[in-house]
Amino acid sequence: MIHAISLGIFLSLFWLLLSGYFKALLLILGLISVGIAVVVALRMEVIDHEGHPVHLTLRGTWFWPWLTWEIIKANLDVAKVILDPKLPIQRLVFRVKAGQSDELGHVVYANAITLTPGTVSIDVNDGEITVHALTRGAAEGLANGEMDRRATALVDGPGALPKDRAGDRTGGTG
Amino acid sequence: MDTLFDVLSWICIVLGSVTCLIGAIGLLRLPDVFARMHGAGMIDTMGMGMILLGLMFQAGPTLVTVKLIFIVVFIVFTSPTATHALARAALQGGVEPQVDGELEDSSSAGPGGDGAP
Amino acid sequence: MFAAATAALLVVTGLAMIRALAGPTVFDRILAVNTVGTLTVMLIAVYGFLSGRPEFLDIALVYALINFIATLAVTKYTKYSSLGAPGDHDGRSEP
Repeated sequence: MIHAISLGIFLSLFWLLLSGYFKALLLILGLISVGIAVVVALRMEVIDHEGHPVHLTLRGTWFWPWLTWEIIKANLDVAKVILDPKLPIQRLVFRVKAGQSDELGHVVYANAITLTPGTVSIDVNDGEITVHALTRGAAEGLANGEMDRRATALVDGPGALPKDRAGDRTGGTG
Repeated sequence: MDTLFDVLSWICIVLGSVTCLIGAIGLLRLPDVFARMHGAGMIDTMGMGMILLGLMFQAGPTLVTVKLIFIVVFIVFTSPTATHALARAALQGGVEPQVDGELEDSSSAGPGGDGAP
Repeated sequence: MFAAATAALLVVTGLAMIRALAGPTVFDRILAVNTVGTLTVMLIAVYGFLSGRPEFLDIALVYALINFIATLAVTKYTKYSSLGAPGDHDGRSEP
């Protein structure tokens, strides 16, 4: 239920910022449409801690700036490779362990991998992510596990250690 | 103050345009589908981010900036999902990723996490 | 200067269209068309500023939504040759 309320608040804010009108009639119409959207989402049963992961917003304050910096660095690397006349690519396919405890964590980690150019996650299977890398440097940068640790800290809380448990704890927040 | 934001905005837009151009060259030069995804990823992340950031500097603190932020957040969330879906479809559609070597598992990647297919 | 950015984006769109036309596999074409969609979102935004009508951003936002859904739909169609329910396949059994 808490997720439905937060979804309603979020949608109302979204509606207000997109429209920019503050007349009574339009506000009421907006509230009605928000209500319909929330009811439809409740009937579809897509509101849970996976469908609407509102608890990650606060912890994300440390994750997103770091990920942005990683994306900029990776972009420069890939740009150098593409502009090199010899095209010094070295394509690699390998697997990395995803140390997150639930599937939401795997999604976050795989999306972070894909978001940095130079590495693309091409398959997710039982806590293992198959990665296609453009260069050896990009592959080794991913294999040292820094991004895994950060994603685990984002999803499971800062105290969670990536090595100790493997999927025995299902994250249930609501 | 206005000139400062103008300069910042143009730096961002020029950087974004150059990134998009390099990404498109990569899209043309790189040899197979999986490699080309990295070029497309450049356009989707830094090219898009830089150009829209430049437009944010132009718009100032208005609702226009909020809409630009919505667009950036939306593309950042959806573009890796689309790329991943495409990669999985290509993998199951019979396109084998060409490989130029093996990653020797010298680092602490994790116990038993080696063994590329 | 917005005109310069618009021109650059048009050139990039043209390059991506070359890949969409030339791509050997269907996945190359989907990738290129997805990229063209992202570029179109940027193009709409920049053109809104060029013509002094930032209302274009609403269209850009909607285009981003449509682009994502369209890519997923086409990908799924090439994968299963249908847009049916996901329960019909386990995702592994057939190419």
